[in-house]
Amino acid sequence: MNNKIIIGLIGAAVLGALYFMTSSEKTTDVAEKSNEVVKVGFVYLTTPGDHGWTYAHEVARQDVEKHFGDKVETTFVENVPEGPDSARVIRELATQGNDIIFTTSFGYMDHTIKVAKEFPNVKFEHITGYKRSPNVATGNIRFYEGRYVQGVVAGLMTKSNKIGYLASFPIPEVIQGINAFGIGLRSVNPKAEVSVIWVNSWYDPVKEADAAKVHIAEGADILAQHTDSPAMLQTAQKAGVHGFGQSSDMKAFAPKAQLFSSVNNWGPYYISKIQQMMDGKWSTGDGPDHWAGNTWVGMADDYLVLSPFENMPADVAKAAAQAAADIKSGKNKIFTGPIKDNAGKLRVPAGKTLNDGELFQTLDYYVDGISGKIPG
Amino acid sequence: MEALILTVLLTSVPLIFAASGELVAERSGVLNLGVEGMMLMGAVSAFAATSILGNPYMGILAGAVAGAMTAAVFSLFTLGLATNQVATGLALTIFGSGLSGLVGAPFVGGTVDGLPNLAIPLFADIPVIGNLLFNHDIMAYISIGFLVLVAWFLNRTRAGLVLRAVGNSHDSAHALGYRVLLVRFGAVSFGGMMAGLGGAYLPLVLTPHWSEGMTAGRGWIALALVVFASWLPSRILVGALLFGGITIMQLAGQARGWAVPSQMLSMLPYIATIIVLVLIARNRAFASVNFPACLGKIYISTK
Repeated sequence: MNNKIIIGLIGAAVLGALYFMTSSEKTTDVAEKSNEVVKVGFVYLTTPGDHGWTYAHEVARQDVEKHFGDKVETTFVENVPEGPDSARVIRELATQGNDIIFTTSFGYMDHTIKVAKEFPNVKFEHITGYKRSPNVATGNIRFYEGRYVQGVVAGLMTKSNKIGYLASFPIPEVIQGINAFGIGLRSVNPKAEVSVIWVNSWYDPVKEADAAKVHIAEGADILAQHTDSPAMLQTAQKAGVHGFGQSSDMKAFAPKAQLFSSVNNWGPYYISKIQQMMDGKWSTGDGPDHWAGNTWVGMADDYLVLSPFENMPADVAKAAAQAAADIKSGKNKIFTGPIKDNAGKLRVPAGKTLNDGELFQTLDYYVDGISGKIPG
Repeated sequence: MEALILTVLLTSVPLIFAASGELVAERSGVLNLGVEGMMLMGAVSAFAATSILGNPYMGILAGAVAGAMTAAVFSLFTLGLATNQVATGLALTIFGSGLSGLVGAPFVGGTVDGLPNLAIPLFADIPVIGNLLFNHDIMAYISIGFLVLVAWFLNRTRAGLVLRAVGNSHDSAHALGYRVLLVRFGAVSFGGMMAGLGGAYLPLVLTPHWSEGMTAGRGWIALALVVFASWLPSRILVGALLFGGITIMQLAGQARGWAVPSQMLSMLPYIATIIVLVLIARNRAFASVNFPACLGKIYISTK
């Protein structure tokens, strides 16, 4: 009899997994189909209800509709897993006559390339990847710029000199963020140390809250996150410590704890690429220095926006504003030597700045100021 | 250290609720795999009621009612229409996830004041233990209360005996004149209510906001805990604390810089669960003594 239950539970697990792979599709008809209307498709990893990554893309899609009015018709498919299933969804969107399709997560990369070959007349925009083909362009935001400013604020604010950091998965984008945070921290505070907990999930509010509690129990008084839910900030507020929000402004969740959020602003990117296509000027912008895509911009172009600096003394806010201004003006490129790893080894000599390719390929260490080792 | 133990205790509460409810349903012979869906319905209802009415205690009530009502849908199909329990339970999880997302859409981005802590006079002043055990929100106390109640009910009351009889042999129970479907309806509804309460604990205490799918698989862990506990209520507490304890331990290990890959540490709670399951399964008598023989079997009244 136990066997039946075990088989039942295994079956349940399999079907449960299948369930997580299901996706739903919604179309918003803003205009009657005509030759003038450009059809734009979006593939979402989760739902806009995550109030994080996908929410930011949904806000951008609405910006597109506001900007172009009845000149565009947008369709989005949500909850699309990053596996072969995504190829099916992307193909379906192409078959439905979408002129340009944005695939908004790293894991869609190979599937976007594959489907793009079958539809040479459709334009594809892959977000955060690095592979391109004649009709696949890539776009990304320099998320790490905001994290440098976070490091500066954390270094000036901390009293215990212990900073807690929640990380999701050890991929280049996350490592860049941790190291930029560490460089920012060290620029103002020689003593503070960052402790990183890998939650191994982008989104698990309870586990994120648990990890935040552990950081606080270990003495951290400033928390940073590279996971998507507002749980960490809420935990921080309850415990009377401070932290930074992720992807969208999380002030509403923790008005007393949030120092600021780094907000992803994809709207201008989507609008400019759609406009390029309408004008017949769309290109993938191939070039040797574009490891992270032909469009990899950040605070200078307002693709990454910092929410107002709050819950900090005026001099800290001033230092943060200065740090942000220096990044915007290009005066501070963040990954400029001398950069030492946390074992004291010089990794980037003085005067050298890592280029985009190196940011993706050579950061296999934590900089000084971060404790521990990168897993894996 | 004290703060870490406190975190373990709180993170276990939703599991204790959901698992002890599911245990009662399973002891009556019904396997309801829809725990995740019922938890999500409980979570969204608790959040909605609290943000509309401004009272987290109404949220507790709403969570319980929503969980029970979601379970009633399950009962309608599996008991009333004698559908397959595994398939229906999975459908309930999908249904609950979808409906909670729909109901919760207007509440995304909002926050509420969670449940306050209620210190028990005198006891809460005991050094160390006082703060750990006697200074919690009301739902933490209720979860333990319900667990004791379930253990007492199943083993010490006549009604509990009837429920177990129905779970072990529905034909015999029927022949003795017990109303099998009614007993099971009650058990499944109780399970739903408890799952709803477990879900409600997330937005009311742990993470005071609503977002889609916020239970992130805890319903499935609760289901595994019932098997882990070999259908005994007291072992649910052990299992939930063990699971929570190892989860928090691996997070703390990372914060303290243990030289073990974090992916390995993340596996620990699951590995521990599997090891315990294997150890339990080695002793067949031990494992099966409380196993409800009619679990998952369809019962059709023959009159």
